[in-house]
Amino acid sequence: MNRVDGRQKVTGAAKYAAEYELPNLAYGVLVGSTITKGRLTSIDTKTAERAPGVLAVITHLNAPKAPGTKPTGKDPSQPQTVGNALQVFMDDKIRFNDQPIAVVVANTLERARFAARLVKAQYAKEKHQTNLEANKANAFLPTQAKKNPKSPAADYQRGQVDAYKTGALKLESEYVIPTEVHHPMELQAITAHWEAPDRLTLYDKTQGTMATRRDFARQWGLPEENVKVIATYVGGAFGNALHSWPHESAAIIAAKVVNRPVRLMLTREQMFTMVGYRPHTWQKIGMSATPDGKITAITHESIGQTSTYEEFVEATLGQTKMMYQSPNLTTRYRLAALDVGSPIWMRGPGEATGAFALESAMDEMAFLLNIDPMEFRLRNYTDQDPEKNRPWSSKFLKECYQAGAQRVGWNKRQLKPGALRDGEWFIGYGMGVGTFGAHRGSSKASAQLLPNGTVLLQSAVTDIGPGTGTAMTQIAADTLGLAPEKIRFEWGNSDFAQAPTQGGSAIVNTVGPAVQEACMALKDKLRELAATSNSAFTSAKKEDVAFADNYLTLSGNSTARATYADLVRQAGGTAVTVESKPSGEGQKYSMYSFSVHFAEVRVHELTGEVRVSKLVSCADAGTIINEKTAGNQMKGGAVGGIGMALMEHAIIDDRFGRYVTKDLADYHVPVQADSPAIEVFFVNQPDPYVNKLGTKGIGEIATIGVAPAIANAVFNATGKRVRELPITPDKLV
Amino acid sequence: MNQFQYVRATKPQAAIEAVAKDANARFIAGGTNLVDLMKRGVMTPQKLVDINRLDFRKIERQNNGLRIGALALNSTVADDKQVRERQPLLALALNAGASPQLRNMATVGGNMLQRTRCAYFYDVTMPCNKRQPGTGCGALEGINRMHAIFGFSDKCIAVHPSDMSVALVALDATVQVSGPKGNRSIPFADFHRLPGDTPEKDTNLEPGELITAVDVPDGPFTKHVHYQKVRERASYAFALLSVAAALDIENGTIKAARLAMGGVAHKPWRLTAAEQVLVGKPATEETFRQAATVAMQGAKSFKHNEYKLRLGPNAIVQALKTAAAA
Ligand SMILES: Cc1cc2nc3c(=O)[nH]c(=O)nc-3n(C[C@H](O)[C@H](O)[C@H](O)COP(=O)(O)OP(=O)(O)OC[C@H]3O[C@@H](n4cnc5c(N)ncnc54)[C@H](O)[C@@H]3O)c2cc1C
Ligand code: SF4
Repeated sequence: MNRVDGRQKVTGAAKYAAEYELPNLAYGVLVGSTITKGRLTSIDTKTAERAPGVLAVITHLNAPKAPGTKPTGKDPSQPQTVGNALQVFMDDKIRFNDQPIAVVVANTLERARFAARLVKAQYAKEKHQTNLEANKANAFLPTQAKKNPKSPAADYQRGQVDAYKTGALKLESEYVIPTEVHHPMELQAITAHWEAPDRLTLYDKTQGTMATRRDFARQWGLPEENVKVIATYVGGAFGNALHSWPHESAAIIAAKVVNRPVRLMLTREQMFTMVGYRPHTWQKIGMSATPDGKITAITHESIGQTSTYEEFVEATLGQTKMMYQSPNLTTRYRLAALDVGSPIWMRGPGEATGAFALESAMDEMAFLLNIDPMEFRLRNYTDQDPEKNRPWSSKFLKECYQAGAQRVGWNKRQLKPGALRDGEWFIGYGMGVGTFGAHRGSSKASAQLLPNGTVLLQSAVTDIGPGTGTAMTQIAADTLGLAPEKIRFEWGNSDFAQAPTQGGSAIVNTVGPAVQEACMALKDKLRELAATSNSAFTSAKKEDVAFADNYLTLSGNSTARATYADLVRQAGGTAVTVESKPSGEGQKYSMYSFSVHFAEVRVHELTGEVRVSKLVSCADAGTIINEKTAGNQMKGGAVGGIGMALMEHAIIDDRFGRYVTKDLADYHVPVQADSPAIEVFFVNQPDPYVNKLGTKGIGEIATIGVAPAIANAVFNATGKRVRELPITPDKLV
Repeated sequence: MNQFQYVRATKPQAAIEAVAKDANARFIAGGTNLVDLMKRGVMTPQKLVDINRLDFRKIERQNNGLRIGALALNSTVADDKQVRERQPLLALALNAGASPQLRNMATVGGNMLQRTRCAYFYDVTMPCNKRQPGTGCGALEGINRMHAIFGFSDKCIAVHPSDMSVALVALDATVQVSGPKGNRSIPFADFHRLPGDTPEKDTNLEPGELITAVDVPDGPFTKHVHYQKVRERASYAFALLSVAAALDIENGTIKAARLAMGGVAHKPWRLTAAEQVLVGKPATEETFRQAATVAMQGAKSFKHNEYKLRLGPNAIVQALKTAAAA
């Protein structure tokens, strides 16, 4: 089945957050601080205010303060808040470079942009810290782990502490990933509209309409029903829209002040500084093994960068705890607070960071042992979860290994690095494994039959590009036994049936069952309605209810008929809303999706350029609802992994605390020529426990494990082990 | 972006006058560099003189060479039959630059005059002697991974980012300009400047001077040529460094050679001493290595671009090998 929104997207009919033409629309442009830490001592807005078309210049001096936000840390008698998102224009404090200090609102974008340059600020500078390496010594255990020793961020231990140190055959390596920025094609954007003093509508780039609604309702002290969030189309996000960001608050404040709808879209440059990123992370792995390739101990430590005002925690060490059968295992997760904007999950989030270290270390150890790295992984394969001591709900990772090895031509791989070449190019093969929790939450969905015989389904869930709308349409079509063209699935509106945020590969797992159940409930309701006038329906099972052109019928009973128009009229509507919740199986089983990526790379002997010539991504993601969109997800995730491995790198000049990578000419993401034809393999075996659909989730495992597969292939090609991403020519030449 | 006045010139003389008499006026051709710089506030012209209507688009045979109009598009030049036949090196270098969309807008004159991609130059809050003389060089002690290894000064260590210019300097091109004081021609090697104490000046063009064409003399370099561009991704990235190589080989012996590097200096860097090493020698890897060693003499690196000292000679060898095999 093709994408239901493909046509809208390629013809430009799809509307994104900055494309809603509201009457009387005004435009906001943010002014950012040019220092990294300190205070604003004065801010001169007069010239800007007098510039043509300017409606308002809003700063901390004149901004209306949203009642639900606390001033942060201004009063020295109050403790510093930990874990509060940055509130714009609340105080004079500068916490990171390019922090918004003003928003200029004008009647055209160009005028707003011009006037934004005229705002002049004076600062009292303080010494800032933006260098992770220099601040490793100050790293701390996250507050959530201090409060709760069971938190996934807390230190984990099985067997003996740091047992690898006493191992006969051991390895100790440090790995670094730089800051990476999501950079979806669509820039962060919002159109904020106060429809009444207590009614707010937001056309917003968000991954969660409900979360955004809740957040801004709280901030402005409004009942949730008074805030409406519309995110029908989201032009990619990769985690970038999992948080409420300063520009959203700025637009809402601006709309309030000028009493007009305000559109605010960030520049590419601003996308680096204030809307999250994958944090710069240092890791160290110690590993020991027996000569026959059994891991005896692993210690995995990590220090990730966060901001001074929020503790951003991710599951960097999760995969290490459960992927291999190591009797002794130690993990330590720490944060280093720097004068930077807060990070946020970026596709495959912490798991992708952690997998780079773990899967590189696996390759290093296999090399030390002189064992094929796949064989080494098989010798340490886990048939049940060694972390929680529970069975897997399902695990078909071995099948993935086999399929991938065969497809990439793993048998050509030589144990000795640098052994294969094609003219000036060294050739190497590498693999990397990924895993991510098969999360499932609660969700609602509504369904109703329309008089013309189409079924309308609604859910507040967003579709940030993976094809959620398409998958849900397909689930509904399958459940109802109706052609997909007869189904309209509407999403991306907080007024629709409540659904969680799109993220963590959990949407098909979570919303899928809600759609399925809503369809079942609809069938049941229709059967009941039909039964009031046609007794044939009375004793029928809902499964037998079938949709003909103009009427409802029963399979195996061609005379039973109830026309759609009658049904709808009779009941005054057929809408049903259901809530679907996870069963308790999560307590009994460990639920994960698994992936393995195989890379063939070519490394130029003289220039050190790396080209990925083949990439095979294999996934055990449960049932695949739609091969096309799922395959697409895998390929997109793999391309993200190529970027992570070979080029993505946001660089701060620590002297100024400012990024020197400011656009997509400096910050490289892969272009077409960087990505080979990517082959995707799905085991496509249903998981019996996650949900009735048998799905486990794809989005994250598509990226997790790709970067180490490439790094390992580079080692196999050249004998050079690059432990600090990205692997650019300067590191190989 | 600041407010500015826009005028469209239909006669070269009017364009020249408009810019010569107004220090805040600039020509605009494809706009692919200038408009970006204006959006960032790096360049703030108060008047733009659009020269796209001027009749400088043709590519013609003239005096044993090709005359390429300053307004010929990068893509047009790269696809031109005469260019491909007579100066394939130029076509290769052009196609290595930017993206098809940009090459469809960018002009030959604009390409030569594109400004450095040094991040400090692009950020008006940071020090940069080129953008604002006297503020210091942000890159000197900063992130200088992309920066120069030849011909820099303590005032500026930026590199010129153009690929096309590397081929043109190797091919002994000449720049034709027309100015308030009349016409003159500038050898390509003298067109761009080294930073010295005046990094704000990229070229030796005088105020108001308009580039009208570039002349590329015929030569024997129609077969054994290569443009080796080393970059972080397979396409659409500025060079870490690049090499333009052209050889004339007879019976395995090099009769004539041209060699230039990009991404290593404030101007496209012609390697005459290395060329002399090549001439008269057999076209072997050993010869190429010798030339590469000579080429790199005097190179010096900064904190983050030390790799260029290793990459440079390798890229030269690779370029010469590929050229010889072409
Ligand atoms: C994302 C990106 C990637 C790029 N990658 C590369 C790359 O890999 N390699 C590469 O070589 N280039 C690259 N470029 C640069 C591109 O080649 C230049 O922007 C382009 O060649 C400039 O030509 P233009 O006609 O658009 O110049 P404009 O922007 O119009 O003008 C540039 C300057 O030249 C002056 N000018 C223009 N024509 C004349 C004339 N006839 N006489 C006198 N002055 C004149 C203008 O006043 C202005 O100061 C890239 C650019 C971008 C945006
Ligand atoms: S290298 Fe040149 S362009 Fe870059 S900061 Fe220094 S002076 Fe400016």
